[in-house]
Amino acid sequence: MKNKYSIFSLIKNAFSYHENWEKAWKDPEPKKEYDAVIVGGGGHGLATAYYLAKKHNMKNIAVVEKGWIGGGNTGRNTTIIRSNYLWDASAGLYDHALKIWEGLSQELNYNVMFSQRGVMNLAHNLQDVRDLKRRTHANRLNGIDAVYLNTEEVKKFCPIINTSQDIRYPVLGGTLQRRAGTARHDAVAWGYARGADEMGVDIIQNCEVKGIKRNGDTVEGIETTKGFIKTKKIGVVAAGHSSVIANMAGLKLPLESKPLQALVSEPVKPIIDTVVMSNAVHAYVSQSDKGELVIGAGTDDYVSYSQKGSHDIVEGTLNAILELYPIFSRMRMLRQWGGIVDICPDASPIISKTSIKGLYFNCGWGTGGFKATPGSGDLFAHTIANDEPHKLNAAFNINRFVSGDLVDEHGAAAVAH
Amino acid sequence: MFLINCPFCGEREQSEFKAGGEAHIVRPKQPTELSDDEWAEYLFMRKNIKGVQFERWNHVHGCRKWFNMVRDTSNDQIKAVYKMGEKPPVK
Repeated sequence: MKNKYSIFSLIKNAFSYHENWEKAWKDPEPKKEYDAVIVGGGGHGLATAYYLAKKHNMKNIAVVEKGWIGGGNTGRNTTIIRSNYLWDASAGLYDHALKIWEGLSQELNYNVMFSQRGVMNLAHNLQDVRDLKRRTHANRLNGIDAVYLNTEEVKKFCPIINTSQDIRYPVLGGTLQRRAGTARHDAVAWGYARGADEMGVDIIQNCEVKGIKRNGDTVEGIETTKGFIKTKKIGVVAAGHSSVIANMAGLKLPLESKPLQALVSEPVKPIIDTVVMSNAVHAYVSQSDKGELVIGAGTDDYVSYSQKGSHDIVEGTLNAILELYPIFSRMRMLRQWGGIVDICPDASPIISKTSIKGLYFNCGWGTGGFKATPGSGDLFAHTIANDEPHKLNAAFNINRFVSGDLVDEHGAAAVAH
Repeated sequence: MFLINCPFCGEREQSEFKAGGEAHIVRPKQPTELSDDEWAEYLFMRKNIKGVQFERWNHVHGCRKWFNMVRDTSNDQIKAVYKMGEKPPVK
């Protein structure tokens, strides 16, 4: 049993200069065999392992990660959490996640710094206005909080926005989801890792998957840089590298992996207390607790695994940011980075069984996977444990690309993918 | 970001081009005779290779012509550029 984090443990450890905190998770070598192996130690993978152990009593499992946990897209995203998606299937999926977020810090005994500061999506033309109003109505029919704001209300909610009607893409209105917000991305991975470790899950870092062993249409195990691991169930949560793992098993996925960039400014005093996103001009901004502006840019349109993006993408985003927030014109940017996102043709994820028995994929989250982390883990764990999808992820099966029953969130989601 | 040697215009910045995805996917001669699986394979399934990949590109802000490229997607290095209909110069 791990020591509970509390104000008392903080005080107690202060007396020993914080040098005697117990390790949050062990660093074991892989066993010969597990009941299930999760490939990918990001937020989604660790959450999957946590819920497999907690809700489905599968404790003899491992998470293998080629680098360090939370070092991929979990540590590279802009931490926005919302559930205001248009289609019923997406609304169900993302609001399931949002409901878990609301109690996650207490459940994990780990402060994930979930902050429901609201997410506002802006409209810049008449079609935006129509689409956002339609989405607001759809959200409310699905029990998701959403309100439509006119230009004055947008200005009142976030006073630094330039609402002049003379700019190139004037603000005509927006939507607001007050339950939406941000969380601390690393803490999510670390909290799930600590919780899973406590229940006996082996978290194996620096262990890259090199091959998937099959006997006909059934999996037998994985070849890794730390040797062969025998298992009957493999859950792949490898984000941008999902296709690489799929190719090892002789499968093809409907994915393209592309660089997505983000950047942060130098830290400043609190200036923006919400998250503002704009689909039409592709700019979104929030402020971290350290004071940095966190800015999300778009994806490049070519396949790349280089974790670098093109400069013109950043330039386009910053142009839009400056027009919407002239107050930021003298800000300097501190860091810029890229992550590799796996995008489905319909911009919706895949949480699914495959044609190979015992091989499961959780991928295709594209540019918006962080918000879904707890829900994705919960539903993927259900799918792996029962060999059947939960009703909330049934629509996100891989066969939708054969049947044509797509969940087309490309134009429908609140922000471009 | 990188430079692309357009077979018609010469070397230009990548931002002048539009990526057109995986190359050499042949359009089925009789689409009506395909099964749903075959149609999905043609329409949606991609190799999405980490490493050397064959791609289509369009010089949208230049000559607006399509051409093929061989590129290493792990480091964005271009191995070869060739015109539509030509055989790839490298394997």
